[in-house]
Amino acid sequence: MNNPASAVSSAAAQPGESRFLNSLTPARLRRTFRLAIKSLWLHRLRSLLTVLGIVFGVCSVIAMLAIGEGASFEAQEQIKNLGSQNVILRSIKPPEEQKVTEKASQSYVLQYGLTYTDAKSIRSTIPGVSVLVPSRIMRDYVWNISRRVDCDIVGTVPWYPEMRNHHVARGRFFTDADMEASRSVCVLGAGVAQALFPFDSPLGRDVRVGGDYYRIIGVMEARGKGLSTSQTEAGPKATAHEMFIPLETAKARYGEVLIKMRSGSFEAERVQLHEITVKVASRDQVLPVAEAVKAVLKHHHKKQDYEVVVPLELLKRAERTKQIFNIVLGSIAAISLLVGGIGIMNIMLATVTERTREIGIRRALGAKRRDIITQFLVEAVMLSGAGGLFGVALGITIPLLVTWFAAMKTIITFWSPLLAFSISALVGVVFGLYPALRAANMDPVEALRHE
Amino acid sequence: MAASIVQLRDIRKTYQMGLVKVEALRGVNIDIQAAEYVSIMGPSGCGKSTLLNVLGCLDHPTAGRYFLGDQDVSQLDDDALSSVRGTRLGFIFQSYNLIQQLTVLENIEVPLYYQGRPEAESRAVAREAATRVGLADRLEHRPYQLSGGQQQRVAIARALVNNPLVILADEPTGNLDSASGTDILRLFDDLNCQGKTVLLVTHDPVVARNSSRTIRLRDGLIESDMSNGT
Repeated sequence: MNNPASAVSSAAAQPGESRFLNSLTPARLRRTFRLAIKSLWLHRLRSLLTVLGIVFGVCSVIAMLAIGEGASFEAQEQIKNLGSQNVILRSIKPPEEQKVTEKASQSYVLQYGLTYTDAKSIRSTIPGVSVLVPSRIMRDYVWNISRRVDCDIVGTVPWYPEMRNHHVARGRFFTDADMEASRSVCVLGAGVAQALFPFDSPLGRDVRVGGDYYRIIGVMEARGKGLSTSQTEAGPKATAHEMFIPLETAKARYGEVLIKMRSGSFEAERVQLHEITVKVASRDQVLPVAEAVKAVLKHHHKKQDYEVVVPLELLKRAERTKQIFNIVLGSIAAISLLVGGIGIMNIMLATVTERTREIGIRRALGAKRRDIITQFLVEAVMLSGAGGLFGVALGITIPLLVTWFAAMKTIITFWSPLLAFSISALVGVVFGLYPALRAANMDPVEALRHE
Repeated sequence: MAASIVQLRDIRKTYQMGLVKVEALRGVNIDIQAAEYVSIMGPSGCGKSTLLNVLGCLDHPTAGRYFLGDQDVSQLDDDALSSVRGTRLGFIFQSYNLIQQLTVLENIEVPLYYQGRPEAESRAVAREAATRVGLADRLEHRPYQLSGGQQQRVAIARALVNNPLVILADEPTGNLDSASGTDILRLFDDLNCQGKTVLLVTHDPVVARNSSRTIRLRDGLIESDMSNGT
């Protein structure tokens, strides 16, 4: 024992090494956790208030993400209803002042919009275009005896359903034969069918439009309010009710001049086609085809009396909007978690100062620096983790409430609570580290003397 | 000669206080044998506390060597010193220094906790130590529910629990009334009789007289070192 040199390391190193391994055992960690709970419980109100910052941060992230996700999902659904491989052309009324000059030229009939020639030239000049659905849309009342619905009467072609991803629920759509013979048959939109025949099946019954009767052969499936008609002129009401008749029938019944007489106003328009849907063979051809279509139309039209809607473009735009939304959300989340983290750091620094004496005692009784670090770090992580947990619970509840009360679609992606929780735990580590290091680096002698 | 448990060889400690250097210890040599009961006395400012900090491995000496058991602890790093404190030393303070949010039993367990002993085992050892100081019926109490004398007993149990080479006590009766002070001193006697080495710092001659040997410090040097006759 009087041989110091050999003794220096032997006794210290052996327990030191085994202790390091011991410090990693779950049993020991469990005790550290219990200790942390005890210390936090001692200052319940303080811990609660500290945690709130993280709770609100995490909760707002999850809730806003869920609501945003739901909204963008709905928007994308609507766009997909238009068909992502489609290019949709619509006739629009040219601006008012042009109408005046036009009037002077010859008649009171306003002539504008897409023509059969347009449809033909698109088909003949642009490669990769598979189908065209020309359609006409007229506004009129549809009657079943005394029930009446304000409705878009859509004259279209038999392959409309597959083009627009809008299928028949009951009965059938009209066929080429119906089309060729200009038969007086119709397919009702789900809304119209519900409004006109609330109690029985509409199939096989007749509806009256103006002076003509149409036999109902089918009912379309219901779908969310679409973007199908241009938002500029027709309100959402117009999109809700549709009735489909063969294009040839529409041509025969209505001619090309539409006369609208409603509540005292008189309007006459000549429109050949209200809508043309161009289906493109493959998705990556959509944008070039859209460009080509625009070029063709420009050649034929002097005025801007049509619009080109590219659902794929809308979809991309919606995705980009969502991306921006996510970035904004991410920054808000980061800021709120930063604030929460600073709150935790603040309180941990106060705790460390307050418990300087305890730190001194523990050091005197054999605690190493890393034991002290572990102790305070576990406390900080526990604060932030508890905040994260409450935040996740609250963040999941809020979207459910929103769906319940506001009937808004919300989607909680499975990764958002996970991410929010692990970030909050990480915040605990990051912001707890400095106070913990400060605690560990205290001089034991000074700490013991602290009052 | 019996094996010395504590050997101090020319221990010096210098503090930098602003611009002046303060020499708290100026070459201290002490040998303490196993099972001795030693008190260290001296007026305030004589270097008692500094000596105790060095003895307790809470502070490095500026120069000199310190052997505790068979180990030179004068230049160990922080982790190793913590280990030494946890396994070879027991501390008793004037103000008890119990951790307020822990129960009596948990307080006694703390040194074992940092040794990483399994919970069941350390619990049993702690309970035994509590019984030894007569606190078997107060295990679940909190420190503030106990009297000063009882708190100091908890501290003594805590100092015993790791079966240290030396028990270091800093004015253990300083905060106690004379009756509980006497109780505590009797407990020290008992421990010493059971073979524990006790090193006690005090400025109370009555307390010092209780020990078997008194070392007097003055101005950082040993003034006298003699055994108490009775």
